[in-house]
Amino acid sequence: MSAPFVLTSDNEALAQRIIAKYPHGRQASAVIPLLDIVQRQNGGWLSREAMDFVAQRLDMPAIRVYEVASFYTMFNLKPIGRHFVQVCTTTPCWLRGSDAIVHACEKRLGIGLGDTTADGAFTLVEVECLGACVNAPMVQVGDDYYEDLTPETMTQILDDLAAGRQPRVGPQSGRKTSEPLPGLTTLTDAAVQTGGTD
Amino acid sequence: MPKLTIDGKEVEVPPGATVLQACEAAGVEVPRFCYHERLSIAGNCRMCLVEMEKAPKPIASCAMPAGDGMVIKTDTPTVRKARRGVMEFLLINHPLDCPICDQGGECDLQDQAMAYGFDRGRYEENKRAVKDKNLGPLVKTFMNRCIHCTRCIRFATEVAGVEELGATGRGEHMEVGTYVEKALSSELSGNIVDLCPVGALTSKPYAFVSRPWELAKTESIDVLDAVGAAIRVDARGGEVLRVLPRLNDAVNDEWLADKSRYAYDGLKRQRLDRPYVRRDGRLQPASWPEAFEVVAKRLLGTTPERIGVIAGDQVDAEAVLALRDLMRGLGVQSLDCRQDGAKIGGPRVSYLFNTTIAGIDQADVCLIIGSDPRWEAPLLNARLRKRYLARNFTVGLIGPERDLTYRHQHLGNDPSVLLAIADGHHPFADLLKAAKAPMLILGMGALRRPDGAALLGAARRIAEATNMVRDGWNGFNVLNTAAGRVGALDLGFLPGQGGRDTAGILAGAGDGSLDVVWLQDADEIDASRLGNAFVIYQGHHGDRAANRADVILPGAAYTEKDATYVNLEGRVQRTKQAVFPPGEAREDWKILRALSQVMGRPLPFDSLAQLRTALAAANPVFGAVGVVQPAPWASFGTLDPVDLMPFGRAIENYYQTCAISRASVTMAKCTDLHIHGREIDDTMERTGSYG
Repeated sequence: MSAPFVLTSDNEALAQRIIAKYPHGRQASAVIPLLDIVQRQNGGWLSREAMDFVAQRLDMPAIRVYEVASFYTMFNLKPIGRHFVQVCTTTPCWLRGSDAIVHACEKRLGIGLGDTTADGAFTLVEVECLGACVNAPMVQVGDDYYEDLTPETMTQILDDLAAGRQPRVGPQSGRKTSEPLPGLTTLTDAAVQTGGTD
Repeated sequence: MPKLTIDGKEVEVPPGATVLQACEAAGVEVPRFCYHERLSIAGNCRMCLVEMEKAPKPIASCAMPAGDGMVIKTDTPTVRKARRGVMEFLLINHPLDCPICDQGGECDLQDQAMAYGFDRGRYEENKRAVKDKNLGPLVKTFMNRCIHCTRCIRFATEVAGVEELGATGRGEHMEVGTYVEKALSSELSGNIVDLCPVGALTSKPYAFVSRPWELAKTESIDVLDAVGAAIRVDARGGEVLRVLPRLNDAVNDEWLADKSRYAYDGLKRQRLDRPYVRRDGRLQPASWPEAFEVVAKRLLGTTPERIGVIAGDQVDAEAVLALRDLMRGLGVQSLDCRQDGAKIGGPRVSYLFNTTIAGIDQADVCLIIGSDPRWEAPLLNARLRKRYLARNFTVGLIGPERDLTYRHQHLGNDPSVLLAIADGHHPFADLLKAAKAPMLILGMGALRRPDGAALLGAARRIAEATNMVRDGWNGFNVLNTAAGRVGALDLGFLPGQGGRDTAGILAGAGDGSLDVVWLQDADEIDASRLGNAFVIYQGHHGDRAANRADVILPGAAYTEKDATYVNLEGRVQRTKQAVFPPGEAREDWKILRALSQVMGRPLPFDSLAQLRTALAAANPVFGAVGVVQPAPWASFGTLDPVDLMPFGRAIENYYQTCAISRASVTMAKCTDLHIHGREIDDTMERTGSYG
């Protein structure tokens, strides 16, 4: 068994702020945010030591922490690569070509779904809907969403990440957030947009 | 009081009852898996669906509070169809391996599938496979069979007070277990086997041993601690195959502690199955008449002052009376039933658990002195935890610090705290005084000390100063650990005029002032200190004392005799014979009666009925079986100075406390695991579908 888990001082302060939100004796309510802090500090996954730390910090039985950590798919119970590529394959993304995105990832990274590259740079997984259906297909890498993907833009993003460059976050099609793809179809009058006329 | 109509029949149920309870009150049986009377409501198996008027769909009756004017139907096509659907879903992942499943024949799922199951499966998909867990030497797991009712999780969390079981993963990947593989650190873990409605959790020592319909079931009483839990002894062909709890709300609810449940294999090992007589320094097999002759000659040829008699922890009242009368008839004064030297034996109130186990539910403050109820009486500790969970219960502990499974104030491990409370100088004394129903529990960790009588006196002072004893309430409790102790004390099996107690008998035997020592099932003494005395051992196990004996008279264990025991509350209860004693072993009172004949001083009873009449004559409490007769308050204990050394533990190893549990392989495994911390590799024991 490895050394016990310790929070960095920044994370400790953050943890204290979160715990203070809950009434005295109900600190166990902070289990999900604390697991998130711990997972971030621990390289994106929760070790036994990390979960035991949370249990001890919140004065709750360890099994209750294991239950929470194993229930939510956002908590990883095994080590992951530096870039955690989560491809959405739920129906809207799938209809918009998520299969091709998965293939592009597999081809570029040389691994299958659920695998980590040998250099530990990428982990590729398939996830359920991440709520960006209007910009489907999409992936989440780390905390960032990349949307309106094509196999080419997907490969480009992975190339950038592999080279240490930060790709542009958000829609790759050039549109702004979730505005209509072919451009505006209503309220096209510039004056209306600025609210200038009556 | 809500009034409901159930299948056209009106019932009235107490407020807070559920629809399922109302159905039971109306005499309607509702199938269920997750619901259990003594656990919290989960509502996750959905088997108890019933139809409720004005509800758009069937409701889970276990989780629906009964409301006034509800109209419930439990036997409509909709209900039957709904339950069939639930059953079909439950069986999607359940292996249909009843022929090789230990639960077969006593399985809720099997039984209910007879009523609601489809005659063929409609699912072509593979069933899921779940890795079996190693939960230690007592509970065997077949997790494929688990239907996720969560009864075991709720039991561990609520009743046992060890939050170690849980459900990890989600959806189809949900698994019940400890996540980190380990045995449950509870003395009540065996109960999850009973609770499991399917064959996911079964008894490891009983694995593949027998089918329930092959067993002869005998209702009896447990004697491995002083609680006297109601048990059922299941036997086949003269062999005890398992021990299960029976329902007794006043004592054990429906739980049983692990030692009482699993030590039964000790009944088959190291048994004394024929009389032995020491000749030329070696114990040689002998016949009953030979053994009796040797014993009679010795007893009659020795002056009574030079004879000492010690009764052990599991001696039944019948044997105590027979032995007492036989020895008193000879003029022997050195009788003692307190092998551990506990300083009890005064008025009846001074050695009973007067509050009664069920009475704990009424208490609001409890002071535990020199006791670890978790090991000394796990079922009583479960009652204390139950009371704690009901809120507003303060517990103080004087003694070695211990995880009692409920929050308590550790007041220190120092008799001076006890004295401070007795003198009213301690904050806990104010708590006790302010309490509505205060109680104290005085344990053997205190009473066994040389200054036990003074500690008993201090506890009495606390009881009197804090108004613990009054009309309808007696908060003074002694936690006995020996099943036979209260009965023996009730019969006055104590040193008479000028007689020696246990320590005196041992010392006398050691220095040659005693010539004969009779040990009645007494194995908890240091037999090596018996010097050159002639030792007669009557008992059922070749344990510590039998090796030292000069004559061995083989007796019967608690499953092999109809015997009377008085539990720590003072409740007279009776064991029933489930199997015969091995070989030439006999019931203890019969041995003593036969010996008295050989000695020419026959005891005045020839049958169990006559003996029981004599018991009731010796002490009227034996006349009323199954009830607790309150003992009147009296003065007891001394005001001698108290030694300020810290309290010790009454029990060093919960799993091995008597000859039976020391002979048990299962208990030895538990000792290895829980006491010595050695992990047990059970791969060699995995058979069948373990693969």
